Amino acid sequence: MFENLTEKLQAVFDKLSSRGRLTEADVDAALREVRLALLEADVNYKVVKAFLERVRERAIGAEVVRSLTPAQQVVKIVHEELIATLGEGAKLNLSGPAPHVIMLVGLQGAGKTTAVAKLALRLRKQGQRPLMVAADIYRPAAIHQLEVLGKQLDIPVYSEPNNRRPPEICANAVQHARKAAYTVVLLDTAGRLHINDQMMAELEAIKAKVQPAEVLLVADAMTGQDAVRVAEEFHRRVGLTGLILTKVDGDARGGAAISMRHVTGVPIKFLGTGEKPDALEEFHPDRLASRILGMGDVLSLIEKAEQTLDQQRAMEMGRRLVSGEFTLEDFLEQLHEVKKLGPLSQLLDMIPGMARVSKDLAPDVTEQQLKKVEAIINSMTKEERRRPEIINASRKRRIARGSGTTVQDINQLLGQFRQMQRMMKQFGKAPKRGGLFSMFQ
Amino acid sequence: MFGRPKTIQDGLARTRQSFFGRIRQLLAGSTLTPEAWDELEELLIQADVGVDITTELVEDLRRQAEAGKLRTPADVDRALRERLIAMLQQGAPSVVDEPRLLTVILVVGVNGSGKTTSIGKMAYYYKQRGRKVILAAADTFRAAAIDQLKIWGERVGVDVIAHQPGADPGAVTYDAIRACQARGADMLIIDTAGRLHTKYNLMQELAKVRGVAAKQVHRAPHETLLVIDATTGQNGLAQARHFKDTVGVTGIVLAKLDGTAKGGIVFPIVRELGVGVRFVGTGEKLEDWAEFDPQLFVAGLFDQNGNE
Repeated sequence: MFENLTEKLQAVFDKLSSRGRLTEADVDAALREVRLALLEADVNYKVVKAFLERVRERAIGAEVVRSLTPAQQVVKIVHEELIATLGEGAKLNLSGPAPHVIMLVGLQGAGKTTAVAKLALRLRKQGQRPLMVAADIYRPAAIHQLEVLGKQLDIPVYSEPNNRRPPEICANAVQHARKAAYTVVLLDTAGRLHINDQMMAELEAIKAKVQPAEVLLVADAMTGQDAVRVAEEFHRRVGLTGLILTKVDGDARGGAAISMRHVTGVPIKFLGTGEKPDALEEFHPDRLASRILGMGDVLSLIEKAEQTLDQQRAMEMGRRLVSGEFTLEDFLEQLHEVKKLGPLSQLLDMIPGMARVSKDLAPDVTEQQLKKVEAIINSMTKEERRRPEIINASRKRRIARGSGTTVQDINQLLGQFRQMQRMMKQFGKAPKRGGLFSMFQ
Repeated sequence: MFGRPKTIQDGLARTRQSFFGRIRQLLAGSTLTPEAWDELEELLIQADVGVDITTELVEDLRRQAEAGKLRTPADVDRALRERLIAMLQQGAPSVVDEPRLLTVILVVGVNGSGKTTSIGKMAYYYKQRGRKVILAAADTFRAAAIDQLKIWGERVGVDVIAHQPGADPGAVTYDAIRACQARGADMLIIDTAGRLHTKYNLMQELAKVRGVAAKQVHRAPHETLLVIDATTGQNGLAQARHFKDTVGVTGIVLAKLDGTAKGGIVFPIVRELGVGVRFVGTGEKLEDWAEFDPQLFVAGLFDQNGNE
């Protein structure tokens, strides 16, 4: 439903006659839609209420900028308020004498162990000497899991035999780190329920012993309304200094982030965006706000493209994507570039309106699939690449022979390409209707 | 994880002391005030039931009240329960207990939803009921996932069939089926790697595991269970949709119901996909596992004997 928020608001405003200045009626009608959108995104009910009151105050009487429709104006205000609520991301606090202790806490299955490994890798790249500490003595094989990750990344892991309690283990680990000149100590604590008093007391004990510079709550982006209570309780017991939002590579809107930020006031520091150890990104409030509102992650896309391609090519690619002038020839040309950008589905997720369709259209492009696609396109004539509609059965057989593939493969590629082209075209139309894309330019 | 074994009622006690307990209080009054309706809406949404069902239920009950069909808060209370229970009673019943040589259960879900723990408890549950169970460690991807399942296997006292980390999950499944046949086991539970439902290739891999089972055993898998974390919000519906499309989910396991989350996401899932909830996980011990009962679930939500 999110992809349509602007459209929905547009419909609401089409019924209203006022122009130029947002009236109370305009705003209330629009905010009803915004409210539903936020609730669907798992923002907590109470947080939504408080948030909408702020938006309402700002929006009533606000002048509509000439280039925007009233609907866009409201979305803009909502977007800005969301960004303000989410707050700025923040760097890790690594001040004071080393070793800096970073403690990761959270519910079971939030992704703490994975986050510890990702953080350690990131810190090592920044020149730190990280030590990972296996303080989860409860979950079967949790210690082994961290050890395996440590081996894979070549980052040392500190663990002790099973009869030791986590507070001791952590204190010993910090001491060991001091002697061995590690600069950062990452504590992988066991997942626990925020209402389990005994387990929460254990966290308090660990904190008292090691005096961490950071206590980060690791939370799943798919969390629902309960995020508020989880964050509140962890914050009350151990005093959080930041949040890590995990599994952001799925299609959850991540409204829980707003809720948690709202009740704790601590910054969101990182986002977990994939299963690979380097899939940890810094937090940008504008992007998450866009995502929660279903406006896609245009900025992330642009930035990602800029990192890998040179500026001009990025712009050209953006133009072509949006305008729908996308031939098989371009497709081939850009395959190599796309490869550098990461899975195509992930790219499409960042484009407004594409999030919903991308999973069906664009499977993760693997090396193998890329090679196949490349071979198929290479076996086509120039004419065929530009006008794929002329490819008939006999041409398909020829291409299949030439590329060492099957006619089925070719049908599949053409089908996917057609669908993609159609989507691109549809997407390209959006700005003319005053879509959200214009807000980012 | 400490103290006495938890049951579904204990898990739900937390639920009712917070929100549904308040619904009860609201509805215990003598008149239906406009605020009561707003609160009812808030309470359902806070339980992750979702905007659509909440709006529909509240509007419907309100219309009935205005038409004079529901006169007192007690009437509304009863009508609401009936609607919620009816919503959970959809879906085909489990065929796991039908007699056959080998019953195959495939367990799927997103990362961290609680698959492996659920499998450990499920194996114990069926073993207690006289089944000879074997577990297949088809999560060959996540570090130490195989060891985690092996530890559960030891606890329960059932065999675990595993390959090396990184092995083909389909091959593990094949070997596990062969092992069941050789050792006379009548139930195989397959643990798969957690995967986000949006990852096309990983979902295809799951379809392949399913295919291997289907080829080796008549009509297998006989049950495909999707494990959903009770704290999951509206994304749970997207998860269920994708997993159902790819591997034909036949039942839901609602894990981690011992927290403060309500697990209300099962309402939209059951309603949209017609897939019933089979089990509820309420802790980390072997016994923290119960069959799902819609009557009990909804009754538990409304019971007044919470500790509030």
